Parts: sequence; C-alpha cells; structure tokens
Amino acid sequence: MRPFGSFRRWRSVKDQSKFEAYLDPGFASEIATIPGGEKLQQCIQCGTCTAVCPMSAYMDYTPRRMIAMTRAGCRDDVLGSLAIWVCTSCYSCTVECPKRIPITEIMHGLRQMAVEEDRYPRRFTTPVMAQAFVEMIERRGRSTESWISVKLYLRTNPWLLVKNAAIALRLIRRGRLGFGRESVRDPGELKAFLAATERPAAVRSSVERVRQPTEAVA
Amino acid sequence: MPAPELASTPSSNGKVKIGVYVCHCGLNIAGKVDVSSVVEFASTLPDVAVARDYKFMCSDPGQELIEQDLRDGLVNRVVVASCSPLMHEATFRKATEKGGQSQFYFQMASIREHVSWVTADGDHATEKAKALVAAAVRRVALHEYLEPRRAEVLPDVMVVGAGIAGIHAALTLADAGKHVYLVERETTIGGHMAKFDKTFPTLDCSACILTPKMSAVRSHPNITLWTYSDVVGVEGFTGDFTVRVRHRPRYVREDLCTGCLECIEQCIHKKGKFDDEWNEGLSKRKPIYIPFPQATPAVVVVDPETCIWFKTGKCPQTCIEACERDAFDFEQTETFDEVKVGAIVLATGFKTFDASKMPEYGYGLYPNVYTSLELERLLNAAGPTGGVVELRDGSKPKVIGIIHCVGSRDAKHNLWCSKVCCMYSLKLAHMVKERTGAEVYNFYIDMRTPGKGYEEFYDKILREGVHMVRGRVAGVSDEAASPEEEGHLVIRAEDTLIGSVRRIPVDMVVLAVGLEPQPDAQDVRRLFNISCGGEGWFTERHPKLAPVSTFTDGVFLAGTCQGPKDIPDTVAQAGAAAAEAMAMIDRGFMMLEANTAHIDDEACSGCKTCVGLCPFNAISFDEERKKASVNEVLCKGCGVCVGACPSGAAQQHLFTDEEIFSEIEGVLAYV
Amino acid sequence: MRYSYFPGCSALGTGRAYVESLHAILDVLDVELAELDDWNCCGATAWPSVDGVKAVALSARNLALAEAQTPGDAPVDVVSSCAGCYRALMKADRTMREGGEVAERVGGALDSIGLSYEGRTRVRHPLDVLVNDVGVERISAKVVRPLSGLTIACYYGCLLVRPYAAFDDIYDPVSMDRLMQAAGAESVDWPLKTRCCGGSCYCGGPMIGAMPEATLKLSYTLLREAKRRGADAVATVCPLCQFNLEGFQDRMEREFGDRLDLATGFATQFLGVALGLDERTLGIHRMLRWLPRRPSVAEGAHAGA
Repeated sequence: MRPFGSFRRWRSVKDQSKFEAYLDPGFASEIATIPGGEKLQQCIQCGTCTAVCPMSAYMDYTPRRMIAMTRAGCRDDVLGSLAIWVCTSCYSCTVECPKRIPITEIMHGLRQMAVEEDRYPRRFTTPVMAQAFVEMIERRGRSTESWISVKLYLRTNPWLLVKNAAIALRLIRRGRLGFGRESVRDPGELKAFLAATERPAAVRSSVERVRQPTEAVA
Repeated sequence: MPAPELASTPSSNGKVKIGVYVCHCGLNIAGKVDVSSVVEFASTLPDVAVARDYKFMCSDPGQELIEQDLRDGLVNRVVVASCSPLMHEATFRKATEKGGQSQFYFQMASIREHVSWVTADGDHATEKAKALVAAAVRRVALHEYLEPRRAEVLPDVMVVGAGIAGIHAALTLADAGKHVYLVERETTIGGHMAKFDKTFPTLDCSACILTPKMSAVRSHPNITLWTYSDVVGVEGFTGDFTVRVRHRPRYVREDLCTGCLECIEQCIHKKGKFDDEWNEGLSKRKPIYIPFPQATPAVVVVDPETCIWFKTGKCPQTCIEACERDAFDFEQTETFDEVKVGAIVLATGFKTFDASKMPEYGYGLYPNVYTSLELERLLNAAGPTGGVVELRDGSKPKVIGIIHCVGSRDAKHNLWCSKVCCMYSLKLAHMVKERTGAEVYNFYIDMRTPGKGYEEFYDKILREGVHMVRGRVAGVSDEAASPEEEGHLVIRAEDTLIGSVRRIPVDMVVLAVGLEPQPDAQDVRRLFNISCGGEGWFTERHPKLAPVSTFTDGVFLAGTCQGPKDIPDTVAQAGAAAAEAMAMIDRGFMMLEANTAHIDDEACSGCKTCVGLCPFNAISFDEERKKASVNEVLCKGCGVCVGACPSGAAQQHLFTDEEIFSEIEGVLAYV
Repeated sequence: MRYSYFPGCSALGTGRAYVESLHAILDVLDVELAELDDWNCCGATAWPSVDGVKAVALSARNLALAEAQTPGDAPVDVVSSCAGCYRALMKADRTMREGGEVAERVGGALDSIGLSYEGRTRVRHPLDVLVNDVGVERISAKVVRPLSGLTIACYYGCLLVRPYAAFDDIYDPVSMDRLMQAAGAESVDWPLKTRCCGGSCYCGGPMIGAMPEATLKLSYTLLREAKRRGADAVATVCPLCQFNLEGFQDRMEREFGDRLDLATGFATQFLGVALGLDERTLGIHRMLRWLPRRPSVAEGAHAGA
C-alpha cells in the first residue's frame, strides 16, 4: 500500500518506457495469420472484452491491454504474460466484441507461440496441464482424468496430491474416478494421423469433397 | 448566355479533323500512364489532326488549347482523355462550344477512373488508355449536329418531412416567395426536436426555439401544410414532378377544430389508457388526443384502433357533444391530392436504435433502464412527469449511469458513430444532475465533441463533477456481488484508463441510443428514385462538393435522412437544400441531354413493342399509318425502345448503332 | 430416432452419472444413442493452446468416423453431451466446411488413414435433441413424478452457446429451463446462466489447482446468485461445470462463510426423476450432494411414486 515505504519498492523503480528498439513491429502480423486474427488491427480499445471476462481481474494484463500490446509489438511482455494462461476459453470476449475480433482464438495463438518459444510459466498449471494432456492424447487417444491430475500435481505442486486426496476418495467410492487407462484401438495409427497434419496440404484432399451444409447452421 | 454562332456541319469542307487532348491530371494519370506515348499513338489514328497533352486539361489554359485549335480551324471534333464524364464532360463540351463547334462534337475517354486508378501495371495502363482513345476517336467522327434541349422547371417545391430540417427548408423557400407543399406523416410537425427539453451546447429550451418556427409554418401564406399525410407516388422528372399525397383521416376536420381540447376532457375514457407514443410510452393517452400542447396544427386526432365507437359502434360519443364547432366527422376516409412541383426536398429524418436488440443492457427487462429519448421526455416540462426525473416507482434516482454508443460503433449492429450521442449524453448528465442532484456516471469509448462550443461544454460538465469512465459497458444486471449492490442495477465496464473492471451500482440506467435510417428508407428511396447506402442513409451526389443534391436532378436532401447530424448541421443543410432548389427554380429551365430516341419511319414495322415499354409514355402509335413515333419533349433518353425494337427502327441520338459499333471496333482494333 | 453418440473422456470418469442418466431418459423417450466406435479425445481447450491444426484434426477424425459408420447420403447427427467436446466438434465442422489451409492439412491427414469428411455431420447437444427433436410436449406427457415445489436454476455454462449459438439464445438460453418446467419444477430467471464457472475444460478449476482463489470465486458467484433467487438446485449439462459446482461447494462454504447447500445435478437426472426412473439408473448414488436432504422437495419428488 505504501509503494515507496519500503526499501525494496523504491530500489526496484525502473524506466518503463517502451523504446521502439525493444518492440517487434512484425508481432501483430504474426498473430494476423490466425483466421480472423488480422481483425485485431481494428480494435478500438473499448474494454468490452475485459469487462465480460470472468478472469480479467486475475490477469497481469487485461485482454484489452493484451490486444494493444500485441499491436504495439510488445512481444516479450505478451508471450511472457500470465494472462494468456489465465484465460478459461469461455468465449465471452469473442462473442461480445463490437469489432468481432476473435479474441479467444488470438489467446490460443499466443499460447502456441509461447509454447513453441518455450517461455510459458514453468509451474503454472494451465500450460503444464495442456502439455500433459497433449502428451497423453498423443500416446493413447483418450484422456483419463485421474492420471492427468496426478501427472500435473507431480509437475507443479505435489502438495495438491494430499490436499485433494479427500475429494478424490469420495469420487472413487462413487465410481467417478477410475485408474484404468483409456485408449483408442490403435494409438499408433492416431499418432501417425496427427503427424500427417504437419505435412503441407495435399493437392487433392478430402476438403474438396466437403459439401455445403444442407441446412443453415445458425 | 448568348449562344455563339455554331457551325451546323463539322467544317466548311465537310472533312472530319479530330483533336485529341490527353490530360496528366497531375500524377493521377501521368503517374501510371505514359502520356506521351498515348499522344504519339493518337496522332497516328485516322482523321486525327492534332494530338496534345497537358498537365491539367480542365484548367483555363488547358481549355484554351482546345478552343484555340478549334478557332484556328485545325480541328472540328474533340476527344479529351482525362477523368470521367461525371466530373468534366460539361467543362469540355462548353470549351468545344466556345471554340465554335457544337458541344456534341465532343467525346471523353476516361483514362483516370477506368485506367490509372484501377490498373496496377503502368504498361497495361498505357495500352488500355490507347484503346480507349482509339474508341473515342472512332466514335466522335460519327457524332451528328444536335440541338441541346431545354425543359421548363415548375415553380413550386415539395418538402417531405417536417422535423427541424423540413421546417427550416420550407420556411426558407416560402420566405423567398416559392410555394411549398410541406408533407408530414405524423399528426404534428416538429419531429424529434420537439421531444427534447434542451439542446446542446447552449442549453436553449428546445420548444422555445422550435415552436416559433412551427407556428410560422402554420401561418405562412406560401406553405401548404399537410400533416398525417404521406407521399404515395412520384412521377415525372426534373423540374416537372407530379406527386401524389395521401391524407389519413383524423376524424376531426382540420378547418374547424380550434384545439380547445374540450373533447378530450369529455371522452368516455375518464383516464388515459393507451401508450402515448409521443411520450415514448411513459404515459397514457385517450383514444382522442393531441401529442403535446404546442402541436401544429393544434388539431385533435381520433385513434380508430382504440376508440370505442370504431371498435364496437356503441359509445355515447360525448366528444361530439363537447365540440362547439361540429368539427367531428367519423365518416372521414383517406383522401388524395396530386400536385406538380419543380423540385423536392427530402427531410425524412431518422429513428433511434432499438435498445432491446442488446439484451445485455437489460432494456425491457429492468424497469429502470431507459433510453435517452425516454429521459428527454422525463426532463421535458410537457412530458409525462412534468419535468420531474423519477423512476417508474416514483422514487428519485441517486446514482445514474449513462451508457454511450448503444447500437453504434458496433459490428453487430451499426458500424457508424452516431455523432450526436456524446454531446447529448453530456447534456443529459448536466440536466439530471441539476434536477436530481444525483451522481452521474458516463461510460464512453471515445469522447467526440468537435463543434463550436462543444469541447467547452464538455469542460463545463467535467467541472460539474460528472464521472467519466472510459470503457464500453459489457452489461447491466441486478446480480449483486456485495451488500452495496443489493437492490441496484450494476453496470459492468472496464475503466480502461485504470485498467481494471469496475462494477458501479446505479438506480437508473440511460442508454444513449444511436441514430438509424428510417425503417422505410428503402421504400422512400425507390419512390423518389434516389440511391442510398446499404445501411439506408440517402446518398448525396458528392460527399464533399454536392452534399445536398442527389443523383436525381431536382431532388435534394436535408438533415438526418442523409446521415447522423446534430441540429446546427441539420439546419445548415436544410438551408443549403432550399437554396439549391431555389437556384434551379429561379433559372426556370434545365438543359437536357440531346440523347432522345427517334423512329425511322421506313424501318418501323408497326409491332408496337416500344409503345408499351416506354416508361415516360413518350411513344404514340399512328393507327392509320401503322407507325410509332417518339415525342422528343417527353423522351428521357433511357434507350429501352432502342434496345427492344426488333427491326432496328428505333435509334437514339448520341447512341446510334454506328456510333456504338465504331466505338467497340475502336477498342477491339487496338487490342 | 437414432443418433451417433460421442461420449467424451469425462464420460468415463466424473461425468459418469450424466451419461447414465442421459441414456436412461432417452430410452424412455424412444431415442437411441449409438456410441461412435473408436472415438478419440476431442482436443478440448488444451490442444488449441499447443497446436491449432491438431486440435481440429482430433475432432475432425471423430466427425469422419461418424460419417464412415453411417453409410449413405443422409445427414449424420452426432450427439455430444459434454459442452467442451460440443464446442470442439462444432469448431472442427466449421473449419472443415469453410476450407482453407487448416482444413486442407487435416483433410490430407484424414486421407492418409482412409477417412474423409464430407460435411454431412451435424453436431448436436442433448438439450437440442430433447427440445427440438423430441419436443417439450412429448416429454411432459411422460412425466409421472412432477418436481413440484422444486426451484431449479439452470446453468448452461460457456461453451454450449458460445461461440456457436446453434440452437438457443446466446444471451438468454431457455432450452434447459423449458425442460425443467416440463418436469414440473420452477426455473429461476437469472443473469448468470452462461457466466464461466471457472472449471472450464482443463484450463482452471480448483481440482487442477490453477488460481484456486479465482476459480472458486467464479463458482461461488454463480451459486450465491442462484441461491439469492430462491433456487434449491442447480441443473447443468456439462460434466466439468457439474463437478466444479458440486465437488467444491464445501470449500466455497468454508472460504466465503456462506451456507449454500445447493444440489447440483445434471438436467438429465432431474428430468429422469420426473419421468419416474429410479435413482440408481440415473446415477444419483454417484452424486456428492442430492435433493432428498430437503424434506419438502423429497415429498414433492415422491408424491407420484
């Protein structure tokens, strides 16, 4: 509450200017490769996204600031932010944005970049969870809640194993938490299938055969 | 202007000598098209005597080039390769005429709009320009001598819509001695402005400045005022429109009613029972009513939807008894009038955005969510509460939130900024604070206060302590997250300047609804044969240089039917529309294009195909000779008969088959 | 009526009661669900955080399987009971229909395992099927134990109507309310029907441990508001929402010092009770909190038995 009352606080005061040299002017156009991502250039900074966001109160930068920072090229701040991992993908911002900016998709895009560049917060559960989840699906094709949780606790905060033991026990007793590992019939084929998506688009793919929807979907 | 002596044939010896003038248009054309190579190419074309280029052909020296060559007898036909006919055809025709030739010995090649502005590659552009020049050269050689036509302009004017725009235009015209038919669809004139209490930024009382103009309209000898009426048909053309107007029955004779309102008092309904549209449904009216005390004309109206007599046929009709002037006429039906006018001013106004389209703001769900227009009525001394700002339960609001941009700047609703909401929200903030002492919060995305005295007004409101929160409101709800929020409406927005979400509990929410085109704008547009954008605002001829005229000569625009604007802008535009209409009328005639159709007697087979197709009834059929003929005074040159004639007998000046085919050949020969 | 059914991973764990009760009531209503053979995880919202193309690919494989397992030209309706899977499948369907690079890469990968997506699949949610295909009237005709005296707050959660409001209103969905009313219960009109509960699809949630304070508060906000409006129970149609609101209610009560005591079950369970099904069939024995604690409600619920 007393920002300059403690030695630590005033020692940590630093220049917060954003010098152009430290910004990445191409950052916004990288995001623009996400379908609809180019719309972030149209943002009018009205803050609707922040106000409808159930988690914005817990973010280091509000969604509106994330858009502004992305546009300005604050690559390091954006990709290193907690905000992208605090998002719960509830799509409120996407639906409410008066400029129809697909903010949730942009958040997902930023997450992918953060993972690729290996700069997500190490012990924060969301990215760790996402990766544990992805590993499990790649291996088995289906997830098992119990094992996901155990893996996650071990990687982030083993104390949760103890803390959540009581509720886990109650669930087990009611048949809602099993430890049998679920799987698709041929995990190898699924793995190959996922790997195949990394190949550039084939000339003739099943997409060409996609028909128009027979009924209008709202 | 005295008509110069014109040569009736291209030149004395009959030889066609064409001058080609290629314009640089600064870098607009020359930046893309290799002008000198076009000139070089043009000089090789048949019949071309002179080929030149110049930086700006439309400038005086540019025109002088043409005139001099004509006067020197070097050329007798002119091709200018430049912008578009819409822009400068008239300019160069005039120059041709000044040089001593018929203005129709001119042809334009559009190498700016059709070439340099829309072609990426310079070489392509140059080749395209050459092709268009070749086409124009071929065509102009065949141009014939034509007399320009004149059409008389009738002296009267119709003004459609009697809000402040229509009122001002009508008064301006009438004061200048023109006879004006002012048509209003509501029962009273005054429009939206009559509903407001005060106007920004001066805080003039709206009624005080508007009602004198309303009564001036009523008493003006040059104005025929038709309220409760609408235009149902428009025929004719520039300078000579025939307009059909429908008058809906009031069931009260306008010439007898004095507006004493005794009948309303004596109506069998002792109390108002039906939503009063004038008060945005905030009060109740009887089946017989007058919208507000200064309504003009001060004539009551009976609503047959709610009147017991009309619904059941059983009513003692105490209203009729109460009327000392026998003004009631329950047998009234729709009547029609047809008038001929020279010009039309459209001032059909706007509607406000329907707030129930944004359920997140709770309009219609929570009783204490109001639209700005409803608050205007609450503030108005002649409104439902006599100017007292109170909630529906009669209590006084202690905290009020005004939400800007409702329905505006929103891809889900209207993309445009409605222009007036920032200022009227500030005005409303000032007024409710003054009347109730409430804390007022304004939630805005961007404050837009350009205008004389507007920023100063904003400054005044800030000094008064109105809270300004920069953030678009995400929602209004009665969800209580803390004891302080219990029993209140909570407005949720990011205060973007702080960077945090704020939840502000209020007693009253005011939605600053934006401006929209009238719902029937497309119908009106078709009726008057003008154009409008996809959203429904009427399109002006040019956004900067012709803001009140339309692509239909003789039809002018005033006020918000053309786009959102405030009262000062509306009045200024109405004055401009009146002045332009007047300029046309006072000239007394219009010059028309000489592009009429004619029928070659020899070739006509008498099939009558053209007769029925002509939209202007300009073609008659001689039953004895079995031949059709065109009345060139009525012909508008639309070309329908020319296209339809199976034997090629119908031909059109400036668009003869030879002219068109040679033009096409010109393009193709080059390609 | 016969539908292809995509259970999703949570159906095998915390959401077991949802699947059991869904099957039970659809049985009564003569609707057959044929489980998609060899389905895989939809990708949830974890995959889009890592790889957007593979996220679409995972769901697209399920859609392609549905088509392969339903020969002919007729549209294939795939029912997805989990809201998270529902969104993921919808997204894949849209992406594939719209075409573009992602669609082409996924299409190519499908080719490589002998599958293709023609676009004749329609992704459906049980609420959609119940309200629009079965019909509220047919359901109320089968109600034998009306839930009179019970007030239910219907909680739809995020992903059912966002971003694709395919069968209900995006701001004020009513399909579940109509079903609960058909079951004889009263439904609460409240503004938080679609506000996030914080348990969303593996991205938060107290169980996972991400920002427990924040996620707990989101859930508490919902339950407090439901209670404030007189609800006895909260009905959900998403296994994650349900578990979040139920499993951590004790902790919410402790942390916020507020007694909530709200039964949080699946809409299918409440409907099942009204249709006269026994508790075991509906998986009610798997719940951590249930209605009979309230004598008045219990009376109502058993009145017709």
